[in-house]
Amino acid sequence: MAEQRVITAEGLQQLIAILAGEGRRVIAPTVRDDVIIYDDIESIDDLPLGVTDVQGPGSYRLVDAPEAEYFGFVVGPHAWKKFLHAPQIELWRAQREGGGVNIHAADIYAERAAFIGVRACELAAIAIQDRVLTGGQHVDAHYKMRRDHALLIAVNCSKAGGSCFCASMETGPAATGGFDLALTELKTAQDHLFLVDVGSSAGQALMDQISSRAATAQEHNAAQAQVEHTTESMGRSMPAGVNTPQLMADNLLHPRWQEVATRCLSCANCTMVCPTCFCTTVDDVSDLAGERYARERRWDSCFTMDFSYLHGGGVRNSVASRYRQWMTHKLSTWVEQFGSSGCVGCGRCITWCPVGIDITEEVRAIAGVEAV
Amino acid sequence: MTGRHKRPRLAVWKFASCDGCQLSLLDCEDEILALAEAVDIAYFPEATRSEISGHYDISLVEGSITTAHDAVRIQEVRRRSTKLIVIGACATSGGIQALRNFSDVKEYTRIVYARPDYIETLATSTPISDHVRVDFELRGCPINKHQLVEVLGAFLVGRRPATPAHSVCVECKLKGNACVMVAHDAPCLGPVTHAGCGALCPSYNRGCYGCFGPKETPNAPALSAKLSELGMDQRALARLYSTFNANADAFRQESERHDQDGQG
Repeated sequence: MAEQRVITAEGLQQLIAILAGEGRRVIAPTVRDDVIIYDDIESIDDLPLGVTDVQGPGSYRLVDAPEAEYFGFVVGPHAWKKFLHAPQIELWRAQREGGGVNIHAADIYAERAAFIGVRACELAAIAIQDRVLTGGQHVDAHYKMRRDHALLIAVNCSKAGGSCFCASMETGPAATGGFDLALTELKTAQDHLFLVDVGSSAGQALMDQISSRAATAQEHNAAQAQVEHTTESMGRSMPAGVNTPQLMADNLLHPRWQEVATRCLSCANCTMVCPTCFCTTVDDVSDLAGERYARERRWDSCFTMDFSYLHGGGVRNSVASRYRQWMTHKLSTWVEQFGSSGCVGCGRCITWCPVGIDITEEVRAIAGVEAV
Repeated sequence: MTGRHKRPRLAVWKFASCDGCQLSLLDCEDEILALAEAVDIAYFPEATRSEISGHYDISLVEGSITTAHDAVRIQEVRRRSTKLIVIGACATSGGIQALRNFSDVKEYTRIVYARPDYIETLATSTPISDHVRVDFELRGCPINKHQLVEVLGAFLVGRRPATPAHSVCVECKLKGNACVMVAHDAPCLGPVTHAGCGALCPSYNRGCYGCFGPKETPNAPALSAKLSELGMDQRALARLYSTFNANADAFRQESERHDQDGQG
C-alpha cells in the first residue's frame, strides 16, 4: 500500500464537496431521532461530531462522547445494503395494449453514490453480498449497477461497541481492503487529523485534489495503537477454538433451539438489520381495472411463514426451526455455499433484537462453553 | 376488462362497528373512480341510498356480531355473496366492543341504560369467521385504504392479495425506521402485530398499538417479558393487549395472563 497521507477536518470537508461536485450522492452517518443512521449529508457538519453510542443486547443509546470525534461510534441500525440492495424495487411492469400485453423491464438505476464511514465489518459484508449477488451465474443487475457506481470511504474504528465482535470474526476493526479511501481519525488535545490510506485509483484521484501531507511515523504508530485498542475492547466475541460451522451441523437437534424459540419473537429484525442477509420475495400487483400489472421485489426474512411456503403451507412452522435456519445458514451452510461465514461480527442482530438475543451466547450455549 | 364484461357486483355490509373501515373505501380518492368503473357498487348504505337486492360477486363486511339479529343477518349476507371479504378489527376479531367478552354485559346495560330491558344484545362480540365461512380477512383498525384497493384488485383478477402476515417490524425496517423500543425504550407491540399500516406509529417515534391484531405465529409472552423490563406492570400489560383486537386469540390469552384482578 502507498504511504499514508494526513488530512485535516477541512480536508474531509473538501472531500465531501468534491464528491458532491462530481454529482455523487454523499451518504454518511448522521443523527436522526437520537440514532445514528446512514443518510445524505451536505457537509461535515452533518456528521455525528462528539456523540457516541452505547450498545448492548436489545439496547441502543446515544450519549455525549468524551472526545469530539466525527466517527467516535460504531455501526447503527442501517447497513449499506439499504443503498446497494434496495429494500423495495419494481422489477417489471406490464400493460394491456392493443389486445395484447406489453412487458417493460424496470430501469436498472445507476445512482452514483459515495459512502463515507464504511467500517471494516461493513466492507466484509459488502464483499459477501458482492459474492452472493454478483458472483454466480445469475447476476443481480440492480445490485451490480449500484455497486459499480459506489465509492467506498472507510473509517477504522476508534472504539468498539458493546455488541461488536468483528475481531473474533477476523473482519475488523481495521479496514484492510475493498475501499477507495480509508480514514483513521486521530483526535488529540492539539490536533484533529485523519490518516488516509488509498485503496484504489479512484481514491488516489480524489486525494490528488485535496491538500494533504505525508504521515509521520509517530502518527502511523498512533493510528495502529488506536485500532489495536479497539481490537482489545470488543464488547463480545465468538468463542475461540470452536469450529462453528461444524458445531452447527452437528447440533441440529440441540435442545437450545427450543429454548431460544421461547424468547424469539420471529419478528425478523435480526435479518433486516444484518448487512449480509440478502433474501427477497416478490409481490405481483395489479390495478383495479386489470390493465396494469407490476412485479415488486422487497426484502424478505427466513423468520416469516411465507418464506418457506410451499403448496399447502409453510415448511418451517415452529419458531425453533426458523431460528435454526437463520443461524445455521449464517454460520455454517453459508460457508459451503459462498466460501465464508455469513457473519461479519457487526453485532446489529444483538443490539436490534427487541428481546436482546445474542448470537454469540447462542453459539456458546450450543458449544457448551462458559459465557464471558 | 372494462366495458367488455358485465361488471362484478359489490356490496358493503355493516355490522357492529364505527363505519371507519367503510369510510376507508370512500377515502380512496385516487382510486374511487377506477373502482366505480371496475365494479357495480350495488349496495353501500354509507355512500348511496340505492339498494339492489339479489346476489353479489364480492361482499365487503365491516363489523362484528353482537346481536341475535345480526347473527341471522350475516347468514343471509353469506348466502347472497360469492366472495365474502371481511374488513377491519371488528369483523376479523370482534373489535373494541369485544371487551364485553371479558365482563358481564347485563351489568353494563344496567349501569348505562335507563331501560336495560329494551336492550337486546349478545353476551359476546365475535368476528364474522365465527359465524360463516370467510374468503379473506383484511386487518386493521381502521383498515389501510391501499391494502383495501390491493385486495379488491386481487379478487377482481383472481390473484393472491399481497397483505403479508409478518410483523410490523418488517415494515419499519423497509422504511429505514430505527427500532423505537431498542433506541428509546418505547413500549411497542410491533414484534407481535400483523403488518399493514406501514408502521404508522413507529414512523412518528411512537410504539405500535397493535391495531392490526396478532401477526402470524406471535410470541406475546416473550414480548411481555421485555415490556416488564421496561417498567410495565401486570395491569398495564393486560391493558396493552386489550384494545381493538382484544378478542384475537394471542392478544386475549396474553391479556388474561396478566389480568390478575379480572378488570382488564
